[in-house]
Amino acid sequence: MNQAALSPVTWLAILPAILPLAAGALAIALRGRLAMQRWFALLVLLLELGLNIALLVHVRDHGIMSLTMGNWLPPFGISFTADMLGAVLALAATFVSLACCLYAFADIDEVATRFGFYPMLLVLVGGMNGAFLTGDIFNLYVWLEILLISSFGLIILGGTRLQLDGAVKYAFLNLVATTLFLIATGLLYGAVGTLNFADLVAKAANYPHQNLLSVIAALYLVALAMKAAAFPLFFWLPASYHTPKFVASALFAALLTKVGVYGIYRIFTAVFAGGMGFVPLTLTWAAGLTMLLGAAGAVAQHRMRPMLGFLVVAGIGYMLLGFSLGTENARAAGTFYMVQSMLVMAGLYLLSGLVHGARKTVPTSGSSASLYDDQIALAILFLVLGFAVAGLPPFSGFWPKFALVRESLAQHLGWAAAAVLISGFLTTIAIARSFAATFWGGSHLSDDGEQPGPQTSFATLTPILAIAALVLVFGLLPGTLYGLAGGAARGIADYGPYVAAVLGAGP
Amino acid sequence: MESLLSLTVAGLFGISVYLLLSRSLVRLLLGVVTLGNATNLLIFTAGRILGTVPPIVPEGEQTPIGEIANSLPQALILTAIVISFSLFAYVLVLSYRAYQDLGTDDSDEMQLSEARSPTEGEAR
Repeated sequence: MNQAALSPVTWLAILPAILPLAAGALAIALRGRLAMQRWFALLVLLLELGLNIALLVHVRDHGIMSLTMGNWLPPFGISFTADMLGAVLALAATFVSLACCLYAFADIDEVATRFGFYPMLLVLVGGMNGAFLTGDIFNLYVWLEILLISSFGLIILGGTRLQLDGAVKYAFLNLVATTLFLIATGLLYGAVGTLNFADLVAKAANYPHQNLLSVIAALYLVALAMKAAAFPLFFWLPASYHTPKFVASALFAALLTKVGVYGIYRIFTAVFAGGMGFVPLTLTWAAGLTMLLGAAGAVAQHRMRPMLGFLVVAGIGYMLLGFSLGTENARAAGTFYMVQSMLVMAGLYLLSGLVHGARKTVPTSGSSASLYDDQIALAILFLVLGFAVAGLPPFSGFWPKFALVRESLAQHLGWAAAAVLISGFLTTIAIARSFAATFWGGSHLSDDGEQPGPQTSFATLTPILAIAALVLVFGLLPGTLYGLAGGAARGIADYGPYVAAVLGAGP
Repeated sequence: MESLLSLTVAGLFGISVYLLLSRSLVRLLLGVVTLGNATNLLIFTAGRILGTVPPIVPEGEQTPIGEIANSLPQALILTAIVISFSLFAYVLVLSYRAYQDLGTDDSDEMQLSEARSPTEGEAR
């Protein structure tokens, strides 16, 4: 047992979850002061970004960091365990939330502020960080619910008919998915008798009735695939993600589905590492079909945000394929893709708001002035982010797709490699069509629902520029992110250091 | 006792799946409530049901004497009840608002936000 006295640095493992939650509660108390709220939220998220960077640097230099609550030694107390995978994803999620918070200065009006946009944003960030950093499977369920509660609030901000319709589907489907997760967790505890990931590694592997565990694994698989919007459980996503405010749909597209993917990465390595024969095969098929149907759905869409919804789904396919191929390289590519997809999808959704806002100022009837002449900066940004999604070099989407094709071929899964390439090709078509229709063609083609779009300003353009710059940096210097993603993949391939960090070095 | 509760849990799951497959929002709501309760009962059953011995360690002992019920699942259920209760309150209000604004409680008729083909979109 690890009984060494805690150094104050260890608090870094839980502070990223505590700070936004406490700040969110404080922001609710300050709900009368509308002008102050957004600056408060921005400040807290800046602080949070600093914490996340410090945590990532510490995990990179000193290895996995674990902190167990209360006076209960692990595995009985609830552990917070930050490994490379969790720390990288937490940092990316916080960065995207910070960008969205700045954008919200323009997109969130006084009414939406009064209804509590900023507290919900802070709670969402807290839920994300908690989910990525917790070392306890029931605690992961609680963070999923916290995410769900704040996303329920964000999705109906505005209260239009379209939003209510989308929210009904989103709410029921996600409620059922988290309940399935809870059922699986209850059964797992009943069978194995522990909830701590580090403890589960050995206890689940040595459990005598492995076929009982595979039933539980199937439950987890369905629950998490529903959350991640994988084939055939993705239909709720394109039906709901284009309805909320632009900044809210950017947050959803960037963050929520990735938590489901993270759950698959974590649970199917820590708990069901050995003997789950059907999982990789099922996931490979689901991943291939997800990326194909997502990209095909995007081609069929005329309006920008519904198209982006399908692209989010297609992206999930690459992450799942990276996981199911199982090698370290493939999982590093999947992790790389998760980070780049968080950035790019947030950027594209934020951009769709600006395009929508700019379209209203351009005279529509009979004039030759297209949006392209009027807003060339938006057009360039759309192409940069769009090519990153499609996986064209020199942008960040290229490298993980390249690695996935190579790994698929190395495992003689030619059809999986073909699925990656065809999906990328269809995505390119969808992006090009959307670009032509929006920036060159008649503007009615990009009609985007009932939400008013924000105008181009410092607050709205800076986040997108920052995201595009990062996309370019990761595309030109992929080693920066690949080093971290490789560390994350090694961390979930061998849980030895993880277990040692939580339970001590052993007898 | 455990087998009786297990059968009850199975029955509740069956009922909730049946209700969740319905198109009517009210039935969906009842299905969600039943699903939550079935789950709580499932976790409760997983933690052993043992008569009347309280899970208390006597003075001077390190472990409790004799078999006791595991108290951790009960703590888990407490958390799960609070969460499912609050989320149910939310979907209840959401369903009512959706009924008011969309004029229907049939999920098949709620097609406003579904992905549309371009021709349908223009016809709108």
